[in-house]
Amino acid sequence: MTVTPQARAEAEALFAALRDSGAVAVEADILQPAGTLLDLYGEDIRARAYITQDPLRGEMVLRPDFTVPVVQAHMADGAEPARYTYMGEVFRKQDHLGPRASEYLQVGYEVFDRDAPEADAEVFAQFARLLADLSLRPLTGDIGILLAAIEGLTTTPRRKAALRRHVWRPRRFRALLDRFAGRAPIPADRLDLLARLRAGDPERLMAEAGPQIGLRSAEDIAERAQALLEDAEAPAIAAPEAALLYDLIGLAAPSDAALQHLRGIQPLMPAILPAVDRFETRLAALRRRGVDTASLPFEASHGRSTLEYYDGFVFSFHDEQSGDPPVASGGRYDALTAILGQGRSIPAVGGIIRPALVAALKGGRA
Amino acid sequence: MSLKIGVPSKGRLMEKTFDWFGARGVTMRQTGAEREYSGAVDGIDGVELVMLSAGEIPRELAAGRIHLGVTGSDLVRDKLADWNQQVAELAPLGFGHADLILAVPACWIDVDSLDDLDAAAAAFRARHGFRLRIATKYHRLVRDYLTENGIADYQLVDSQGATEGTVKNLTAEAIADITSTGETLRANHLKILQNAVIHQSQATLFLARRADWPPEARAVLSALSAKLGLELPAV
Repeated sequence: MTVTPQARAEAEALFAALRDSGAVAVEADILQPAGTLLDLYGEDIRARAYITQDPLRGEMVLRPDFTVPVVQAHMADGAEPARYTYMGEVFRKQDHLGPRASEYLQVGYEVFDRDAPEADAEVFAQFARLLADLSLRPLTGDIGILLAAIEGLTTTPRRKAALRRHVWRPRRFRALLDRFAGRAPIPADRLDLLARLRAGDPERLMAEAGPQIGLRSAEDIAERAQALLEDAEAPAIAAPEAALLYDLIGLAAPSDAALQHLRGIQPLMPAILPAVDRFETRLAALRRRGVDTASLPFEASHGRSTLEYYDGFVFSFHDEQSGDPPVASGGRYDALTAILGQGRSIPAVGGIIRPALVAALKGGRA
Repeated sequence: MSLKIGVPSKGRLMEKTFDWFGARGVTMRQTGAEREYSGAVDGIDGVELVMLSAGEIPRELAAGRIHLGVTGSDLVRDKLADWNQQVAELAPLGFGHADLILAVPACWIDVDSLDDLDAAAAAFRARHGFRLRIATKYHRLVRDYLTENGIADYQLVDSQGATEGTVKNLTAEAIADITSTGETLRANHLKILQNAVIHQSQATLFLARRADWPPEARAVLSALSAKLGLELPAV
């Protein structure tokens, strides 16, 4: 059986505790329209979604996650500020043999509140309280600091956009940064391509290459050809500036020490100042809620390989003995609400707990 | 009959498979009418021939309904999760070569490599409002490859045949498909991305790790592998 009575009992207890703390219970359909939903997720969830065909409603997907439907419901008719909780199954295909379930319970908590650092601290402290007796290892991060650092680089808007886009794919990000910083050579196939593009105007080159087929237009192609030629002329990111970004990516320290470190490099990287201020405000809010920020682990790159929609504070709670996914995880996803709100946006932060893992930990300990 | 071996039931793959075994003293032949899917094996005792579609052999191996099977290495990798835990490769057979590649319209003068495809996908999504579509039937292999290489802003769309035509028909912007000579790609005004071969496939003899392997079947396997000159993996 995938969802055990023990897991359901844990889920109900967590769900009740969140309601008692003032969160409003919300539901989300198990069958969700596939189109908009899947377009928003990263490739990982998309590839693992169960998609099915409905004769009247078209392509539908078994709920892979609650966040998007909860945001949609809030944007449609929610009042601010709002605190929501939910409980139910999510469905994700597993691509490897082993014990990981393709159907499991989640209990979640989502806060829509314009006071972002307070809301971050509230969600984290809430989860820490609910999971207090499991002695889990918390880990935090802040993708907003990385995004601010990228924004502040002395380089072309195109290179910044490329780096920003691949923040969630660390290997590719690293390869791009190495190239933009002149640490890695330009690949031979790119040099060949540039030589060919320099040899003639795009219209002639396209005509020689073959008929125009497909949705990607001649204009799209010519535009990128031009962008490639311009990029080839762009100077490398200066070595000291690149070194600061490499340093930031690798930053891992207890939160208070991480703040000290960021304050130390901030004069050299003024673009991160607002994000570091937010970090400091969040740490103060966490302390007021009883979290020991002198020991709370912080990694600047935490959350980069999980959900692509996190763009600020991120956190997770792990059991260090098991190889399981985190018992709980969450983060801030302001950009997602902007996309779903079609012009309107509301700062949002939330997370989920996996009750099956809570039950397993309690069972193993009993 | 204690050891079942699945082989492709028709065409060149069947003939080449028969040739490969025949050259090693194991004669496979169709029995009954020419189009009847039944066969026999001479030159060794205890082997039963099961004629199957090459596309179904990975599933039959995984289920343990056959002990050995001949099919493309691409099909096994694409159809089976954690394929090398479910089956073992006994021998590449040296025919049925084909590369699984990515191809884009030849008129994309700005795209030669995976890097370019990734950047084109970003611009495409920004301009057209949806992810760049890659038509393929090899979902697992292609997705794993693109994920491994950090490609974003694409989506795979299913195409079970005539995949080279999807770009012209506006149901995809790029394709991932098997090619041996590249002729069909060129005829459809597509070009292969450089340095982006997803998998080099060939017909391969596989062993089902999870089939029932009673002592009689193991004995037949030992005799067969001695005859074929194969080394057996630990099962």
